[in-house]
Amino acid sequence: MNHLHIALWGVLPYLVLALFVGGSAWRYRYDRFGFTTRSSQLYESRLLRVGGPLFHYGLFLVLGGHVVGLLIPEGLTDRLGVSEGFYHLNALLVGGAAGLAAVAGLAVLLWRRLRVRAVRAATSRSDRAVYPVLLAVLLAGLTATASGAAAGSYDYRLGVSVWFRSLFLLDPDVAAMRGAPLVYQLHALLAMALFGLWPFSRLVHAFAAPLGYLARPYIVYRSRASSAAAQRGAR
Amino acid sequence: MTRTPHKHSERRSGSAPIGRVMAQVAMVMNLDKCIGCHTCSVTCKQTWTNRAGTEYAWFNNVETRPGQGYPRGHEDQDRWKGGWRLKHGRLVPRSGGRARRLARLFANPELPTLDDYYEPWTYDYETLTSAPLGDDVPTARPRSLINGAETEITWGPNWDDDLGGGPARLAADPVLKQLERVGQKVRLEYEQAFMFYLPRICEHCLNPSCVAVCPSGALYKRIEDGIVLVDQDRCRGWRMCVSGCPYKKVYFNHRTGKAEKCTLCYPRIEAGEPTVCSETCVGRLRYLGIMLYDADRVGRAAAVEDEQELYEAQLDCFLDPHDPEVARAAEESGIPHDWVTAARRSPVRALISDYRIALPLHPEYRTMPMVWYVPPLSPVVEALSKDGHDGEDPANLFGAIDALRIPLEYLAGLFTAGDTGPVEAALCRLAAMRSYMRRINLGQERDCSLAAAVGLDAERMEEMYRLLALAKYEERYVIPTSYTGQVPDPDAAADTGCGLDGEGGPGMYERPGETFHALAPAVGRQDGEGGENEADEEDGELAGSATRGRVNLLNWDGRGRPAGLFPRRRGGERA
Ligand code: HEM
Ligand code: SF4
Ligand code: SF4
Repeated sequence: MNHLHIALWGVLPYLVLALFVGGSAWRYRYDRFGFTTRSSQLYESRLLRVGGPLFHYGLFLVLGGHVVGLLIPEGLTDRLGVSEGFYHLNALLVGGAAGLAAVAGLAVLLWRRLRVRAVRAATSRSDRAVYPVLLAVLLAGLTATASGAAAGSYDYRLGVSVWFRSLFLLDPDVAAMRGAPLVYQLHALLAMALFGLWPFSRLVHAFAAPLGYLARPYIVYRSRASSAAAQRGAR
Repeated sequence: MTRTPHKHSERRSGSAPIGRVMAQVAMVMNLDKCIGCHTCSVTCKQTWTNRAGTEYAWFNNVETRPGQGYPRGHEDQDRWKGGWRLKHGRLVPRSGGRARRLARLFANPELPTLDDYYEPWTYDYETLTSAPLGDDVPTARPRSLINGAETEITWGPNWDDDLGGGPARLAADPVLKQLERVGQKVRLEYEQAFMFYLPRICEHCLNPSCVAVCPSGALYKRIEDGIVLVDQDRCRGWRMCVSGCPYKKVYFNHRTGKAEKCTLCYPRIEAGEPTVCSETCVGRLRYLGIMLYDADRVGRAAAVEDEQELYEAQLDCFLDPHDPEVARAAEESGIPHDWVTAARRSPVRALISDYRIALPLHPEYRTMPMVWYVPPLSPVVEALSKDGHDGEDPANLFGAIDALRIPLEYLAGLFTAGDTGPVEAALCRLAAMRSYMRRINLGQERDCSLAAAVGLDAERMEEMYRLLALAKYEERYVIPTSYTGQVPDPDAAADTGCGLDGEGGPGMYERPGETFHALAPAVGRQDGEGGENEADEEDGELAGSATRGRVNLLNWDGRGRPAGLFPRRRGGERA
């Protein structure tokens, strides 16, 4: 049993990280043309206009919550005078709402994928792998959040978060994760599966988030020479 | 061939200081000559968009006007939010500034769907041969190329061709609706209707809104020749350019998830050859040439308050290449000498700036379009002849141009933001030319007063006639070969590659059986995320060997022997 836990919480995260980084680099190197959202809005717009933003905005809130919950140690918020009860109420309400929005959004998107014929026809093998995992990650996470509502429930900030931070110190605290309830373990495992699939699916579009646009002049000029040279280099 | 220099009418270029000079390959189409044959659309399609994913993409399309256009009603910017608008005197994309665009990334509220274009289809041709013998003639049923299902054909790229569909359909024309808003009731019954054809390609705008709304900076304007292109390797499929272009000339390849647009056939232009649509135009109505312009004036010109002044403002951006000051400034800006001389001979410049008979399409979108049009006189002439008048009598014609308000205002709705003045002036010049030349053809004396009435002299009138009626290949297309320029503002430009040849991309070699004529298996066809380029390379080899040794007659100007018609002699020289 102990070996399994070491493998899951001490070794697997690094394998996934290596796959995530290496896979993304490989994809960028050899398939830059494939870095796209593969938007399906041309086929169907009404449902996407509900599901797309709902899912993504919900997801970004959820991600923000993860950054706070996983990276900021409980000691810090304590010292800042944020009470344990207030913190968890907040996490439950805001996190729960964001999670629900993301799941609802994904449900709309999935319904659309399955029911709109053109969208279904444009669904790739990698999509078929990613959607179930994505949905499962979200559901497991939401269940974990909901389970935190009970009084005296598991405080993940003293377990899962400690393990997560220890990963980056290259000293994985396997014990911290071993004691976590099953939903948390499941959520973490599914998330690792998602990160493993990431470079090989449409999820790479998240790397392309065009933040530079905010600072760019509207009109882009380019010399014929720069593109011609790059093209010669690429082929 | 050299033509005697004209008297030059570009104003201001002498007086105002000249900023950074840039060169633009521009086009003019003479609408009177378009017979609506769609040859240009088809040859363009065969060249650029005969791939799965671009079935519905018509880089060149020919619309009957009045009509809805393609995609339907694309001129209704209240709905599609293409182009620019003025906000407190400053230009912002009509669809919103940068932050608003980013917030709408997850679903673009202004994106047209296939319903606004049409659902591309093929036919079950196989049943024609595989149906068992019987009394009934087998039919090939239409099948959607999008999802493989049987489909009803309810719309197409030129469904309302030749006023097809009648008044009910035509009433949806945004230009007509605008006319009605200002109180013009247009009769659309066949007997009273007027019509003409409007071939459209990308305008390769001086102030392109497609470029402005692209969050990845994948669209760019080439500094050497002004051609607007999509870098396929940088495009991330945010599909903002599709709605950002008011002319709806960026298409989304639904297989590759990338935007594609008219390239002005840049590989041909670079070699000094005209675009495929020009080359194959049956009416020989397209002109290609260089326009020199002052890049520093563009921003201000596009931001003039009154929409009806945009035409004049754009004219003011153009520079007169005969002016030695301009020639000097151009060479200082890195434009080679042969481009300046080409600009002097540019037929496009003559039609736009000298004779002032070419007008921009929808200047009110503020993108400063660079494909201009000589408005058609034929609706007026036809209306006259229908009433039993002599359609070429100058008195009749001038009167009719003034009296036939409907075609005039419609044309003004297309070309001058509703200001009938410039349209009327252009039509009067064309009318005067007709009458003037008729006298000559009938052996009568030249009537110089006709020329003077429209501000020309006899010599220029006849030159204009030659350019419009007789100009040969090398007078219609004056295109210098390519050079390499300097990026005006290094910060504004990126230097990544421009790969057109990804899987399913515009430069992809055709996969046997993968063009849109063949129905690909509908499910799982996008399989194989990643590593797709390898397969592509193999196909490249394949297609390369299949076409090797073929003669490309598209490049042949009809003179001499086309390159490669005969095999090489030993020793490597061509026979
Ligand atoms: C970082 C910024 C992100 C941006 C700007 C973004 C943007 C987009 C866009 C434009 C689409 C295409 C919608 C369409 O037209 O069909 C899309 C689809 C999608 N995105 Fe994102 N995304 C981001 C992050 C993410 C992340 C982090 C995930 C998941 C972990 C994600 C999951 C998805 C999925 C599953 C779809 C497919 C939706 C469908 O068509 O069914 N995205 N995204
Ligand atoms: S016409 Fe061409 S250059 Fe102008 S905005 Fe549209 S796509 Fe861009
Ligand atoms: S080929 Fe020429 S004449 Fe024929 S539709 Fe096109 S522009 Fe008009």
